[in-house]
Amino acid sequence: MTLASIIAAGILTYFTRMTMIALISRDMLGDKIKAVLEYVPSAVFPAIIFPGIFINDYGTFIEMNDPKIFGALVAVIVGYFSKNIIATILAGLVSYWFLIFVIFS
Amino acid sequence: MLTKKQLFTRGMLDISPHMLSVIPFGIICGAIGVELGFNPYLVYAMSFIIFGGASQIVFLQLLSGGASSLVAVTSVGIINSRHLLYGAVLSEYLEKLSFIKKLLISYVVVDQGFAESNKFFKKNRTEEYLHYHLIGTGCTMWVCWQIATLSGIILGSFVPEELGLKFAIPLTFIAIVVQDLKKLDHVIVMITCGLSSLLFFDAPFKSYIIISPVIALFVAALLLRLKK
Repeated sequence: MTLASIIAAGILTYFTRMTMIALISRDMLGDKIKAVLEYVPSAVFPAIIFPGIFINDYGTFIEMNDPKIFGALVAVIVGYFSKNIIATILAGLVSYWFLIFVIFS
Repeated sequence: MLTKKQLFTRGMLDISPHMLSVIPFGIICGAIGVELGFNPYLVYAMSFIIFGGASQIVFLQLLSGGASSLVAVTSVGIINSRHLLYGAVLSEYLEKLSFIKKLLISYVVVDQGFAESNKFFKKNRTEEYLHYHLIGTGCTMWVCWQIATLSGIILGSFVPEELGLKFAIPLTFIAIVVQDLKKLDHVIVMITCGLSSLLFFDAPFKSYIIISPVIALFVAALLLRLKK
């Protein structure tokens, strides 16, 4: 790893952040595109959530009885009703730990 | 009308619950770099120059696995290309800013900051200094990320690996989208994205992370057409 490669990756990353904010004006996006952009959070974040649950560190699918699936379900239920971020994260982690340290140990 | 300071503070408060998952992840990220045998100064330079959680780990892992710099840099660019979508959404609220301010604010646009600021923007469209909310979320993330990765680099992985704290990352994003499960159209878009990400997981350069949102947005466009 060289400093030059980090800088190249950094410039590339900065451009992904800056391009649409600084170089595109609102008028360039039509109403239809703006309506579709309303869905960006729902269209992007599951691409982080699903692999984070269903794919392990070695890039293969987990078993269907994996504790992460249970932890994620608990997080969804607690998050839905509590509307609280900390409660959602802790509920998921604690139920996951309960399975790996108490039940499966 | 809220003042700049109030908006900045509100942004800080809105993103801070996510630090529960970001800080352990940052520590792991810094520790991995040193464990893989890289120069600690360069490992830290990534947090400052790239400033992109998952992409930094991928960068390290690819290089330590013998991939060329070109492959590693391309992968970082593709993983982070999702920011283009965030920028397209945010541009609507930032259009009044000067070009220089737009250039500066862009550096601190991150996943959780975008998510929380976007929620705030939708409810408070009329505020004059809206962008201070985004600066608040972004700066909070920046400071926590620098401290967390530095601690991981200096102290090593003092977070026990058995705890599986990487799992906190999907949980943090569940907390962001979970309220949209009330809307059927959003559920369809989320499932489309999630299933696509699993289907295309092995696509080159980690491109699943941008392929699946694009597919999901096409589905969203179809749904909008059906609604009419």
